[in-house]
Amino acid sequence: MRIQAIVVRIIRQFFRDKRTLALMIVAPMFVLFLMDLVFNGETYEPHMAIDSNVPQQLVDALKEADAHVATMTKTKAMDKLDEQQIDAFIEMDKATLRLTLEGSDPSVSKQVLMTVQKAAQSLMPPMKQTLTIDTVYMYGSEHMALFDNFGPVLIGFFIFFFVFLIAGVSFLRERTSGTLERLLATPLKRWEIVIGYVIGFGIFTTIQASLISWFAIHVLNMMMEGSFGYVLLITFLLAMTALTLGTLLSAFANNELQMIQFIPLVVVPQVFFSGLFNLDTMEPWLRSIGVAMPLYYGADALREIMIRGKGWEAISFDVYVLVGFSLLFMVLNVLALKKYRKL
Amino acid sequence: MVIQLQHVYKQFHKKEVIHDVSLTVNEGEIFGMLGPSGAGKTTIVKMIAGIDTATKGEIHVLGVRMPNLQTMARIGFMAQSDALYGELTALENLDFFASIYGLKGKKKKQRIDEVLELVNLTDDRKKAIHQFSGGMKRRLSLAASLLHEPEVLILDEPTVGIDPLLRQAIWEELERIRQKGTTIVVTTHVMDEAEKCMRLAMIRNGQLIAIGSPEQLKKQTNALTLEQAFLQFGGVQS
Repeated sequence: MRIQAIVVRIIRQFFRDKRTLALMIVAPMFVLFLMDLVFNGETYEPHMAIDSNVPQQLVDALKEADAHVATMTKTKAMDKLDEQQIDAFIEMDKATLRLTLEGSDPSVSKQVLMTVQKAAQSLMPPMKQTLTIDTVYMYGSEHMALFDNFGPVLIGFFIFFFVFLIAGVSFLRERTSGTLERLLATPLKRWEIVIGYVIGFGIFTTIQASLISWFAIHVLNMMMEGSFGYVLLITFLLAMTALTLGTLLSAFANNELQMIQFIPLVVVPQVFFSGLFNLDTMEPWLRSIGVAMPLYYGADALREIMIRGKGWEAISFDVYVLVGFSLLFMVLNVLALKKYRKL
Repeated sequence: MVIQLQHVYKQFHKKEVIHDVSLTVNEGEIFGMLGPSGAGKTTIVKMIAGIDTATKGEIHVLGVRMPNLQTMARIGFMAQSDALYGELTALENLDFFASIYGLKGKKKKQRIDEVLELVNLTDDRKKAIHQFSGGMKRRLSLAASLLHEPEVLILDEPTVGIDPLLRQAIWEELERIRQKGTTIVVTTHVMDEAEKCMRLAMIRNGQLIAIGSPEQLKKQTNALTLEQAFLQFGGVQS
């Protein structure tokens, strides 16, 4: 079969070009390792929900300590907490202040704890002496490192980035070396070329995604609450999206350098919307740009699985969107090849 | 006739690159297209090969209007660039292109051996292409376009940048392929190569300025060489 011929050829080329193979697998691991070593915190004004039994004196103190405070019932607060709309819920149990943290983002948790402690310090006696704080984590724990929160996004990002680049450049080389023209002089159909690339690269991206996920979770001990199978599914889909987008955009580049120019235009903006940085301070209309970015969905799903231990229900939408992106890019690819042969 | 072009025009971004070209190529001949680079030779052969489509006019190959995928399976095309995968060996490259043409099993192996023999690369078949010299790549590229035993072979500047000895070898190969019944279209800008063609089309600025055997073309213009004939025809036109 002709598609099979393309697949076999891609596999052979990969094994001849060991450096590219290494770039695809070792480089992301290396960068993840560095990030693991380097990362530090940031400041953030936490959003808290407060039970009506919390004394006004404490509410004022929290506001004084730069917290956004809203009063609501416990059930409603727990829902909002689960949806990550708020960071913490505060209720009073006699003289004990019970603090429930969402917990996914350790920098946010830390900020909440600091704010609450600062507020408690500023209280008037006798409350200052009698108040004790009891902290509960909804997800994560006090041992969770900042890297655990970034980790899932980084796994997604590096897979996306390297697959995008390598797939794009390979397809570009097919064009600049004239082999694409040779293929198009044969009865090979345009969609067969696209499917051949998807399968051929798909094999390597599966290996890549598995190794990187394994490395991050088992060697770097990244937090992992959910199932490894789901992580593989999401990383594979992200890689497929990157592959199809890379080959598509390579049609609009004339050489390798122009392919690299797509990185700041296409790849880097996705990082900003993927949840690596807190977007709560951004204008809502700007924030909504994220919905057009594959990494936004991949990162969301990976966080749901790895930090919050969620299953299919929480990630199904992300999965459908990623599959949709891949299919869309594949169709566009077949159409873009029309530029080189009408038939 | 094997190839027929009728009033073919081609535009790229509103710029006309081929203007009203009509010609026929007969079965079993080596048909040359002579002209300076940029004259439109490559565009014409790409349209014949079915990669490109004419803006106006009709092209028929083996009785079928081009472009047509079934007919493309009966055409061999060798582009100006070698179009080989540098990381792979000669054998792997041929294996890939043979599979694309739908060859399988014993037949595939036999054809690969035959074309390797033909271009004299049997001993180098397990070498990676990036270790090949320019001449070896050209020969392998030719071999790849012969795998599926095409009835029509189209070669775009097959001997550019190749030493005279190898050039002669390639022409001898072409003659052998022709004798087996293959119709060959070859583009060139080298006059002494054009002499070896049975019939010749002179192309200049996207237009056909003359067509005929080298002898006829020279006789018509009272020229001693094809170069003089080309200048004569070009002068009359412009």
